[in-house]
Amino acid sequence: MSLRDALKNGKFVVTAEVGPAKGTDVTEFLENAELLKGRVTAVNVTDQQSAVMRLSSLAGCILLKEKGLEPVLQMTCRDRNRIALQSDLLTASALGFENVLCLTGDYVTLGDHPHAKPVFDLDSVSLLQAAKDLEGGKDISGNELKGSPKFLLGACVTPGADPLGPQLLKLERKVKAGAEFVQTQAIYEPNKFEAFMKEAKKLNIPIMVGIVLLRSAAMARFMNKNVAGIHVPDSLIDEIDKAEDKAKKGIEIAARLINDMKGMCQGAHIMAIGLEHRVPAILDAAGL
Amino acid sequence: MIISELKPFSEVLGYLGKEKKVYIVGCKGCAEVCQTGDEPQVLEMKSNLEKEGIKVTGYSVIDFLCDKALIKTRLLPHESEIDAADSVIVMTCGIGVQATAAVVNKLVHPACNTINVGGARGEWRGSERCRECGECVLDYTGGICPLTACTKGLINGQCGGAKDGRCEVEPEVRPCGWHLIYERLEKLGRLDKLKDMPVFKDYGKMQPPKSLRSTIMWDVDEEEAKVETKV
Repeated sequence: MSLRDALKNGKFVVTAEVGPAKGTDVTEFLENAELLKGRVTAVNVTDQQSAVMRLSSLAGCILLKEKGLEPVLQMTCRDRNRIALQSDLLTASALGFENVLCLTGDYVTLGDHPHAKPVFDLDSVSLLQAAKDLEGGKDISGNELKGSPKFLLGACVTPGADPLGPQLLKLERKVKAGAEFVQTQAIYEPNKFEAFMKEAKKLNIPIMVGIVLLRSAAMARFMNKNVAGIHVPDSLIDEIDKAEDKAKKGIEIAARLINDMKGMCQGAHIMAIGLEHRVPAILDAAGL
Repeated sequence: MIISELKPFSEVLGYLGKEKKVYIVGCKGCAEVCQTGDEPQVLEMKSNLEKEGIKVTGYSVIDFLCDKALIKTRLLPHESEIDAADSVIVMTCGIGVQATAAVVNKLVHPACNTINVGGARGEWRGSERCRECGECVLDYTGGICPLTACTKGLINGQCGGAKDGRCEVEPEVRPCGWHLIYERLEKLGRLDKLKDMPVFKDYGKMQPPKSLRSTIMWDVDEEEAKVETKV
Protein backbone atom coordinates (compact mmCIF):
# COMPACT_ATOMS: atom_id res chain seq x y z
CA MET A 1 0.00 0.00 0.00
CA SER A 2 1.30 3.47 -0.85
CA LEU A 3 2.09 5.96 1.90
CA ARG A 4 -0.78 8.12 0.69
CA ASP A 5 -3.27 5.25 0.95
CA ALA A 6 -1.87 4.05 4.27
CA LEU A 7 -2.28 7.51 5.80
CA LYS A 8 -5.77 7.85 4.36
CA ASN A 9 -6.67 4.39 5.58
CA GLY A 10 -6.14 5.50 9.17
CA LYS A 11 -4.12 2.50 10.34
CA PHE A 12 -0.85 2.94 12.27
CA VAL A 13 1.80 3.70 9.63
CA VAL A 14 5.48 2.90 10.03
CA THR A 15 8.27 4.56 8.04
CA ALA A 16 12.04 4.39 8.44
CA GLU A 17 15.01 6.39 7.27
CA VAL A 18 18.18 5.55 5.39
CA GLY A 19 21.15 7.79 4.64
CA PRO A 20 22.80 7.63 1.19
CA ALA A 21 26.45 6.62 0.97
CA LYS A 22 29.35 9.02 1.29
CA GLY A 23 30.78 7.95 -2.06
CA THR A 24 29.59 5.81 -4.92
CA ASP A 25 29.60 2.41 -3.21
CA VAL A 26 25.91 1.86 -2.45
CA THR A 27 26.18 -1.78 -1.31
CA GLU A 28 25.54 -1.07 2.36
CA PHE A 29 22.82 1.45 1.56
CA LEU A 30 20.98 -1.17 -0.47
CA GLU A 31 21.54 -3.90 2.12
CA ASN A 32 20.03 -1.66 4.79
CA ALA A 33 17.10 -0.81 2.56
CA GLU A 34 16.51 -4.48 1.73
CA LEU A 35 16.06 -5.22 5.45
CA LEU A 36 13.18 -2.73 5.58
CA LYS A 37 11.35 -4.21 2.62
CA GLY A 38 7.90 -5.43 3.56
CA ARG A 39 8.27 -4.12 7.12
CA VAL A 40 7.63 -0.42 6.61
CA THR A 41 5.28 1.52 4.34
CA ALA A 42 7.90 3.92 3.04
CA VAL A 43 11.57 4.75 3.47
CA ASN A 44 12.87 8.31 3.80
CA VAL A 45 16.12 9.11 2.04
CA THR A 46 17.97 11.91 3.80
CA ASP A 47 19.29 14.98 1.96
CA GLN A 48 22.92 15.66 2.94
CA GLN A 49 21.97 14.79 6.51
CA SER A 50 23.59 16.96 9.21
CA ALA A 51 25.07 19.06 6.37
CA VAL A 52 27.46 16.20 5.52
CA MET A 53 28.09 15.95 1.76
CA ARG A 54 27.15 12.61 0.25
CA LEU A 55 25.09 10.97 -2.52
CA SER A 56 21.87 12.84 -3.23
CA SER A 57 18.49 11.95 -1.84
CA LEU A 58 17.09 11.69 -5.36
CA ALA A 59 19.76 9.13 -6.33
CA GLY A 60 18.88 7.18 -3.18
CA CYS A 61 15.19 7.29 -4.07
CA ILE A 62 15.87 5.94 -7.57
CA LEU A 63 17.91 3.07 -6.12
CA LEU A 64 15.21 2.24 -3.57
CA LYS A 65 12.49 2.26 -6.20
CA GLU A 66 14.48 -0.20 -8.31
CA LYS A 67 14.48 -2.51 -5.26
CA GLY A 68 10.72 -2.21 -4.93
CA LEU A 69 10.59 0.14 -1.95
CA GLU A 70 8.50 3.28 -1.72
CA PRO A 71 10.82 6.21 -1.01
CA VAL A 72 10.19 9.58 0.63
CA LEU A 73 12.44 12.22 -0.94
CA GLN A 74 13.81 14.53 1.73
CA MET A 75 14.62 18.04 0.53
CA THR A 76 16.39 20.77 2.44
CA CYS A 77 16.85 24.43 1.54
CA ARG A 78 20.46 24.78 2.66
CA ASP A 79 22.17 23.90 -0.62
CA ARG A 80 19.82 25.02 -3.41
CA ASN A 81 17.99 28.21 -4.29
CA ARG A 82 14.38 28.40 -5.45
CA ILE A 83 15.29 27.67 -9.07
CA ALA A 84 17.15 24.45 -8.23
CA LEU A 85 14.57 23.33 -5.65
CA GLN A 86 11.63 23.76 -7.99
CA SER A 87 13.57 22.04 -10.76
CA ASP A 88 14.34 19.09 -8.48
CA LEU A 89 10.68 18.88 -7.44
CA LEU A 90 9.68 18.67 -11.10
CA THR A 91 12.45 16.13 -11.74
CA ALA A 92 11.28 13.94 -8.84
CA SER A 93 7.74 14.01 -10.14
CA ALA A 94 8.80 13.26 -13.73
CA LEU A 95 10.71 10.24 -12.39
CA GLY A 96 7.56 9.01 -10.62
CA PHE A 97 8.20 10.10 -7.03
CA GLU A 98 5.32 11.51 -5.07
CA ASN A 99 6.41 11.69 -1.42
CA VAL A 100 8.49 14.71 -0.44
CA LEU A 101 9.52 15.71 3.08
CA CYS A 102 10.25 19.45 3.06
CA LEU A 103 12.87 20.62 5.55
CA THR A 104 14.88 23.78 6.15
CA GLY A 105 18.15 21.89 6.70
CA ASP A 106 20.91 21.99 9.29
CA TYR A 107 23.32 24.90 9.17
CA VAL A 108 26.56 24.34 7.20
CA THR A 109 28.86 24.70 10.21
CA LEU A 110 27.36 21.54 11.74
CA GLY A 111 28.57 19.39 8.84
CA ASP A 112 31.77 18.43 7.05
CA HIS A 113 31.92 21.52 4.80
CA PRO A 114 31.76 24.34 7.37
CA HIS A 115 33.17 26.84 4.86
CA ALA A 116 30.28 26.46 2.42
CA LYS A 117 27.95 29.35 1.62
CA PRO A 118 24.52 28.44 3.00
CA VAL A 119 21.57 29.24 0.73
CA PHE A 120 18.20 29.31 2.59
CA ASP A 121 16.58 31.24 -0.26
CA LEU A 122 13.48 29.24 0.67
CA ASP A 123 12.74 27.44 3.94
CA SER A 124 10.52 24.53 4.95
CA VAL A 125 7.34 26.62 4.71
CA SER A 126 8.11 28.29 1.39
CA LEU A 127 9.36 24.98 -0.09
CA LEU A 128 5.99 23.41 0.77
CA GLN A 129 4.26 26.39 -0.80
CA ALA A 130 6.47 26.11 -3.89
CA ALA A 131 5.54 22.42 -4.27
CA LYS A 132 1.87 23.33 -3.88
CA ASP A 133 2.21 26.11 -6.50
CA LEU A 134 3.83 23.65 -8.93
CA GLU A 135 0.91 21.25 -8.38
CA GLY A 136 -1.35 24.11 -9.37
CA GLY A 137 0.43 24.34 -12.74
CA LYS A 138 2.60 27.40 -12.07
CA ASP A 139 6.04 28.06 -10.64
CA ILE A 140 6.38 30.47 -7.75
CA SER A 141 7.00 33.37 -10.10
CA GLY A 142 3.65 32.63 -11.71
CA ASN A 143 4.93 31.11 -14.97
CA GLU A 144 2.86 28.35 -16.58
CA LEU A 145 4.17 24.78 -16.50
CA LYS A 146 3.77 22.23 -19.25
CA GLY A 147 2.36 19.44 -17.14
CA SER A 148 2.19 19.73 -13.37
CA PRO A 149 3.38 17.38 -10.61
CA LYS A 150 1.40 15.67 -7.87
CA PHE A 151 2.96 15.28 -4.44
CA LEU A 152 2.29 13.92 -0.99
CA LEU A 153 3.97 16.63 1.07
CA GLY A 154 5.49 16.04 4.47
CA ALA A 155 6.82 18.33 7.19
CA CYS A 156 8.86 17.99 10.36
CA VAL A 157 8.39 19.45 13.85
CA THR A 158 10.24 19.29 17.18
CA PRO A 159 7.64 18.05 19.69
CA GLY A 160 10.05 18.26 22.64
CA ALA A 161 10.88 21.94 22.09
CA ASP A 162 10.69 24.24 25.08
CA PRO A 163 8.86 26.53 24.63
CA LEU A 164 6.55 24.71 22.24
CA GLY A 165 4.78 27.85 20.96
CA PRO A 166 7.21 28.79 18.17
CA GLN A 167 7.22 25.20 16.86
CA LEU A 168 3.41 24.95 16.86
CA LEU A 169 3.11 28.27 15.08
CA LYS A 170 5.53 27.13 12.41
CA LEU A 171 3.75 23.79 12.04
CA GLU A 172 0.51 25.68 11.50
CA ARG A 173 2.19 27.65 8.69
CA LYS A 174 3.44 24.37 7.20
CA VAL A 175 -0.04 22.89 7.18
CA LYS A 176 -1.41 26.08 5.65
CA ALA A 177 1.29 25.96 2.96
CA GLY A 178 0.37 22.40 1.99
CA ALA A 179 1.85 19.79 4.35
CA GLU A 180 -0.19 16.57 4.36
CA PHE A 181 1.73 14.52 6.93
CA VAL A 182 4.25 15.08 9.70
CA GLN A 183 7.27 13.04 10.77
CA THR A 184 8.56 14.45 14.05
CA GLN A 185 12.05 14.92 15.44
CA ALA A 186 12.93 12.16 17.92
CA ILE A 187 11.20 12.28 21.29
CA TYR A 188 11.94 10.13 24.35
CA GLU A 189 9.38 11.49 26.79
CA PRO A 190 5.82 10.27 26.10
CA ASN A 191 4.37 12.86 28.50
CA LYS A 192 5.96 15.69 26.49
CA PHE A 193 4.68 14.12 23.27
CA GLU A 194 1.20 13.94 24.77
CA ALA A 195 1.33 17.66 25.61
CA PHE A 196 2.48 18.38 22.06
CA MET A 197 -0.24 16.22 20.50
CA LYS A 198 -2.91 17.93 22.55
CA GLU A 199 -2.17 21.13 20.62
CA ALA A 200 -1.00 19.62 17.31
CA LYS A 201 -4.09 17.49 16.75
CA LYS A 202 -6.07 20.71 16.27
CA LEU A 203 -4.22 21.03 12.96
CA ASN A 204 -5.90 17.90 11.69
CA ILE A 205 -2.89 16.30 9.97
CA PRO A 206 -1.50 12.75 10.38
CA ILE A 207 1.49 12.83 12.74
CA MET A 208 4.14 10.10 12.91
CA VAL A 209 6.25 10.10 16.06
CA GLY A 210 10.01 10.19 15.50
CA ILE A 211 12.06 7.41 17.11
CA VAL A 212 15.86 7.50 17.09
CA LEU A 213 17.37 4.17 18.10
CA LEU A 214 19.74 4.46 21.07
CA ARG A 215 23.01 2.54 20.84
CA SER A 216 24.73 3.58 24.07
CA ALA A 217 24.67 6.02 26.97
CA ALA A 218 27.45 7.97 25.28
CA MET A 219 25.36 8.39 22.13
CA ALA A 220 22.42 9.64 24.22
CA ARG A 221 24.62 12.12 26.05
CA PHE A 222 26.11 13.26 22.75
CA MET A 223 22.64 13.95 21.34
CA ASN A 224 21.61 15.82 24.49
CA LYS A 225 24.63 18.05 24.15
CA ASN A 226 24.75 18.50 20.39
CA VAL A 227 21.38 17.86 18.77
CA ALA A 228 18.87 20.63 19.28
CA GLY A 229 15.37 19.50 20.07
CA ILE A 230 16.41 16.05 21.32
CA HIS A 231 16.40 15.25 25.02
CA VAL A 232 17.06 11.75 26.33
CA PRO A 233 16.06 11.67 30.02
CA ASP A 234 18.58 10.44 32.59
CA SER A 235 16.43 7.42 33.43
CA LEU A 236 16.82 6.09 29.87
CA ILE A 237 20.54 6.88 29.81
CA ASP A 238 20.96 4.91 33.06
CA GLU A 239 18.89 2.06 31.70
CA ILE A 240 21.04 1.58 28.61
CA ASP A 241 24.25 2.26 30.53
CA LYS A 242 23.52 -0.58 32.98
CA ALA A 243 22.35 -3.03 30.34
CA GLU A 244 24.77 -5.81 29.44
CA ASP A 245 23.43 -6.15 25.91
CA LYS A 246 23.15 -2.54 24.75
CA ALA A 247 21.87 -3.43 21.29
CA LYS A 248 19.02 -5.42 22.81
CA LYS A 249 18.25 -2.67 25.32
CA GLY A 250 18.17 0.00 22.59
CA ILE A 251 15.70 -2.07 20.62
CA GLU A 252 13.60 -2.64 23.75
CA ILE A 253 13.50 1.09 24.56
CA ALA A 254 12.54 2.01 20.98
CA ALA A 255 9.74 -0.56 20.97
CA ARG A 256 8.52 0.64 24.36
CA LEU A 257 8.48 4.27 23.19
CA ILE A 258 6.47 3.28 20.11
CA ASN A 259 3.95 1.44 22.24
CA ASP A 260 3.71 4.25 24.80
CA MET A 261 2.97 6.82 22.08
CA LYS A 262 1.14 4.65 19.58
CA GLY A 263 -2.27 5.61 20.88
CA MET A 264 -1.56 9.32 20.61
CA CYS A 265 -0.68 9.59 16.92
CA GLN A 266 -1.03 8.05 13.43
CA GLY A 267 2.35 6.41 12.97
CA ALA A 268 6.01 6.07 13.82
CA HIS A 269 9.08 7.15 11.87
CA ILE A 270 12.17 5.16 12.87
CA MET A 271 15.61 6.70 12.44
CA ALA A 272 18.21 4.01 13.12
CA ILE A 273 21.17 6.13 11.87
CA GLY A 274 23.37 3.39 10.45
CA LEU A 275 21.76 0.57 12.44
CA GLU A 276 18.92 -0.12 9.98
CA HIS A 277 19.49 -3.86 10.47
CA ARG A 278 17.97 -3.48 13.93
CA VAL A 279 14.71 -1.97 12.63
CA PRO A 280 12.97 -5.33 12.02
CA ALA A 281 13.76 -6.32 15.62
CA ILE A 282 12.25 -3.03 16.89
CA LEU A 283 9.10 -3.71 14.89
CA ASP A 284 8.95 -7.33 16.18
CA ALA A 285 9.34 -6.11 19.77
CA ALA A 286 6.66 -3.46 19.23
CA GLY A 287 4.32 -6.04 17.69
CA LEU A 288 4.14 -4.17 14.38
CA MET B 1 24.38 56.97 5.51
CA ILE B 2 21.57 54.48 5.38
CA ILE B 3 19.15 54.93 2.50
CA SER B 4 15.47 54.42 3.19
CA GLU B 5 12.39 54.97 1.06
CA LEU B 6 8.78 55.29 2.16
CA LYS B 7 6.60 52.22 1.81
CA PRO B 8 3.34 52.87 -0.07
CA PHE B 9 0.87 54.44 2.38
CA SER B 10 -1.63 51.63 1.70
CA GLU B 11 0.90 49.07 2.97
CA VAL B 12 1.43 50.98 6.22
CA LEU B 13 -2.32 51.41 6.63
CA GLY B 14 -2.74 47.67 6.07
CA TYR B 15 -0.33 46.96 8.93
CA LEU B 16 -2.67 48.74 11.34
CA GLY B 17 -5.49 46.26 10.88
CA LYS B 18 -8.04 47.04 13.55
CA GLU B 19 -5.80 49.52 15.39
CA LYS B 20 -7.31 53.00 15.58
CA LYS B 21 -4.73 54.97 17.56
CA VAL B 22 -1.07 55.38 16.71
CA TYR B 23 2.00 57.31 17.81
CA ILE B 24 4.52 58.35 15.13
CA VAL B 25 8.29 58.51 15.52
CA GLY B 26 10.53 60.17 12.92
CA CYS B 27 14.31 60.39 12.62
CA LYS B 28 16.60 63.36 12.00
CA GLY B 29 19.56 61.19 11.04
CA CYS B 30 19.81 59.51 7.64
CA ALA B 31 16.01 59.54 7.31
CA GLU B 32 16.01 63.34 7.30
CA VAL B 33 18.41 63.35 4.35
CA CYS B 34 16.35 60.70 2.53
CA GLN B 35 13.20 62.69 3.30
CA THR B 36 11.52 59.65 4.77
CA GLY B 37 11.42 60.46 8.47
CA ASP B 38 11.86 64.23 8.95
CA GLU B 39 9.10 66.41 10.36
CA PRO B 40 7.42 67.18 6.99
CA GLN B 41 7.05 63.44 6.23
CA VAL B 42 5.86 62.74 9.78
CA LEU B 43 3.22 65.46 9.45
CA GLU B 44 2.16 64.13 6.06
CA MET B 45 1.81 60.65 7.52
CA LYS B 46 -0.22 62.13 10.40
CA SER B 47 -2.56 63.93 8.06
CA ASN B 48 -3.00 60.87 5.79
CA LEU B 49 -3.78 58.68 8.79
CA GLU B 50 -6.28 61.19 10.15
CA LYS B 51 -8.04 61.21 6.77
CA GLU B 52 -8.48 57.45 7.24
CA GLY B 53 -10.03 57.97 10.67
CA ILE B 54 -6.91 56.97 12.61
CA LYS B 55 -6.20 59.02 15.74
CA VAL B 56 -2.59 60.13 16.07
CA THR B 57 -1.93 60.40 19.82
CA GLY B 58 1.30 62.32 19.25
CA TYR B 59 4.62 62.32 17.41
CA SER B 60 8.34 62.85 17.98
CA VAL B 61 11.20 63.45 15.57
CA ILE B 62 14.38 62.26 17.26
CA ASP B 63 17.99 63.09 16.24
CA PHE B 64 19.15 59.52 15.76
CA LEU B 65 16.77 56.60 15.98
CA CYS B 66 19.64 54.14 16.06
CA ASP B 67 20.52 55.11 19.63
CA LYS B 68 18.30 53.38 22.19
CA ALA B 69 19.41 55.55 25.13
CA LEU B 70 18.56 58.68 23.15
CA ILE B 71 15.18 57.28 22.08
CA LYS B 72 14.34 56.47 25.69
CA THR B 73 15.27 59.96 26.88
CA ARG B 74 13.38 61.73 24.12
CA LEU B 75 10.25 59.61 24.40
CA LEU B 76 10.01 59.80 28.19
CA PRO B 77 8.04 63.10 28.21
CA HIS B 78 5.62 61.50 25.69
CA GLU B 79 4.95 58.34 27.69
CA SER B 80 1.25 58.99 28.16
CA GLU B 81 0.73 59.70 24.43
CA ILE B 82 2.51 56.46 23.55
CA ASP B 83 0.53 54.56 26.19
CA ALA B 84 -2.68 55.86 24.66
CA ALA B 85 -1.74 54.45 21.25
CA ASP B 86 -2.35 50.89 20.01
CA SER B 87 0.97 50.90 18.20
CA VAL B 88 3.87 53.03 16.98
CA ILE B 89 4.72 53.89 13.36
CA VAL B 90 8.45 54.38 12.89
CA MET B 91 9.65 56.40 9.91
CA THR B 92 13.28 55.45 9.36
CA CYS B 93 15.63 52.57 8.47
CA GLY B 94 15.36 49.02 9.81
CA ILE B 95 17.83 49.74 12.58
CA GLY B 96 15.76 52.64 13.90
CA VAL B 97 12.60 50.53 13.81
CA GLN B 98 14.30 47.78 15.79
CA ALA B 99 15.85 50.19 18.28
CA THR B 100 12.47 51.86 18.85
CA ALA B 101 10.72 48.49 19.18
CA ALA B 102 13.24 47.50 21.84
CA VAL B 103 12.30 50.45 24.06
CA VAL B 104 8.58 51.26 23.56
CA ASN B 105 6.76 48.10 24.70
CA LYS B 106 4.26 48.54 21.85
CA LEU B 107 3.93 46.89 18.49
CA VAL B 108 5.88 48.92 15.92
CA HIS B 109 5.14 49.32 12.21
CA PRO B 110 7.94 50.24 9.78
CA ALA B 111 6.95 53.03 7.39
CA CYS B 112 10.06 52.59 5.23
CA ASN B 113 12.05 50.04 3.31
CA THR B 114 15.79 50.16 3.80
CA ILE B 115 17.61 50.12 0.49
CA ASN B 116 20.93 48.60 -0.37
CA VAL B 117 23.29 51.04 -2.08
CA GLY B 118 26.49 49.09 -2.00
CA GLY B 119 29.25 50.72 0.00
CA ALA B 120 27.21 53.47 1.63
CA ARG B 121 26.66 51.83 5.00
CA GLY B 122 25.75 53.60 8.21
CA GLU B 123 27.14 53.24 11.68
CA TRP B 124 25.16 52.54 14.79
CA ARG B 125 25.85 51.60 18.36
CA GLY B 126 23.18 49.06 19.20
CA SER B 127 22.82 45.36 18.63
CA GLU B 128 20.22 45.93 15.89
CA ARG B 129 21.24 44.93 12.41
CA CYS B 130 19.63 45.62 9.04
CA ARG B 131 20.37 43.74 5.83
CA GLU B 132 18.98 46.57 3.69
CA CYS B 133 16.64 44.08 2.04
CA GLY B 134 14.38 46.70 0.47
CA GLU B 135 11.25 44.91 1.70
CA CYS B 136 11.07 45.51 5.44
CA VAL B 137 9.22 42.74 7.34
CA LEU B 138 9.60 44.22 10.83
CA ASP B 139 5.86 44.82 11.02
CA TYR B 140 5.23 41.08 11.24
CA THR B 141 8.06 40.22 13.58
CA GLY B 142 7.63 42.53 16.55
CA GLY B 143 10.41 44.86 15.37
CA ILE B 144 13.13 42.17 15.45
CA CYS B 145 14.63 41.39 12.04
CA PRO B 146 14.53 37.67 11.16
CA LEU B 147 17.09 38.14 8.39
CA THR B 148 19.74 39.26 10.85
CA ALA B 149 18.55 37.77 14.17
CA CYS B 150 18.18 34.23 12.74
CA THR B 151 21.45 32.56 11.70
CA LYS B 152 19.74 31.06 8.66
CA GLY B 153 17.84 34.29 7.94
CA LEU B 154 14.57 32.37 7.91
CA ILE B 155 11.40 34.35 7.35
CA ASN B 156 8.79 31.71 8.18
CA GLY B 157 9.59 30.91 11.79
CA GLN B 158 11.83 28.87 14.06
CA CYS B 159 13.73 25.86 12.71
CA GLY B 160 14.48 22.73 14.70
CA GLY B 161 17.87 24.04 15.72
CA ALA B 162 16.86 26.00 18.80
CA LYS B 163 17.55 24.77 22.32
CA ASP B 164 16.48 26.64 25.44
CA GLY B 165 16.02 29.78 23.38
CA ARG B 166 19.55 29.63 21.94
CA CYS B 167 20.68 28.97 18.35
CA GLU B 168 22.50 25.66 17.94
CA VAL B 169 25.08 27.24 15.63
CA GLU B 170 26.79 29.28 18.36
CA PRO B 171 24.63 28.87 21.48
CA GLU B 172 27.05 30.73 23.73
CA VAL B 173 26.73 33.97 21.74
CA ARG B 174 23.54 33.69 19.70
CA PRO B 175 20.01 33.67 20.99
CA CYS B 176 17.46 32.07 18.60
CA GLY B 177 16.10 35.07 16.70
CA TRP B 178 12.72 33.43 16.28
CA HIS B 179 12.58 32.74 20.01
CA LEU B 180 13.07 36.49 20.59
CA ILE B 181 10.43 37.37 18.00
CA TYR B 182 7.93 34.93 19.49
CA GLU B 183 8.64 36.11 23.01
CA ARG B 184 8.12 39.78 22.16
CA LEU B 185 4.94 39.25 20.17
CA GLU B 186 3.57 37.01 22.91
CA LYS B 187 4.31 39.72 25.49
CA LEU B 188 2.50 42.26 23.30
CA GLY B 189 -0.39 39.83 22.78
CA ARG B 190 0.15 40.03 19.00
CA LEU B 191 1.17 36.54 17.84
CA ASP B 192 -1.53 36.94 15.18
CA LYS B 193 0.98 39.12 13.27
CA LEU B 194 3.05 36.04 12.35
CA LYS B 195 0.09 34.39 10.65
CA ASP B 196 -0.16 37.19 8.07
CA MET B 197 3.54 37.14 7.22
CA PRO B 198 4.26 36.60 3.49
CA VAL B 199 5.68 33.11 2.75
CA PHE B 200 8.20 34.20 0.08
CA LYS B 201 10.79 36.94 0.15
CA ASP B 202 11.82 38.95 -2.91
CA TYR B 203 15.61 38.88 -2.70
CA GLY B 204 15.74 40.84 -5.96
CA LYS B 205 15.00 43.90 -3.85
CA MET B 206 18.36 43.46 -2.13
CA GLN B 207 20.07 44.78 -5.28
CA PRO B 208 20.51 48.56 -5.46
CA PRO B 209 17.53 49.93 -7.38
CA LYS B 210 18.20 51.72 -10.67
CA SER B 211 16.86 54.99 -9.32
CA LEU B 212 19.56 55.07 -6.66
CA ARG B 213 22.42 54.30 -8.98
CA SER B 214 22.62 57.97 -9.93
CA THR B 215 24.02 58.88 -6.51
CA ILE B 216 27.36 60.63 -6.26
CA MET B 217 29.16 57.39 -5.38
CA TRP B 218 27.89 55.60 -8.45
CA ASP B 219 28.70 58.62 -10.64
CA VAL B 220 32.27 58.69 -9.40
CA ASP B 221 32.63 55.00 -10.21
CA GLU B 222 31.28 55.50 -13.71
CA GLU B 223 33.42 58.56 -14.39
CA GLU B 224 36.50 56.65 -13.31
CA ALA B 225 35.61 53.85 -15.67
CA LYS B 226 35.37 56.35 -18.57
CA VAL B 227 38.81 57.82 -17.80
CA GLU B 228 40.33 54.35 -17.86
CA THR B 229 38.78 53.65 -21.26
CA LYS B 230 40.35 56.82 -22.73
CA VAL B 231 43.80 55.81 -21.53
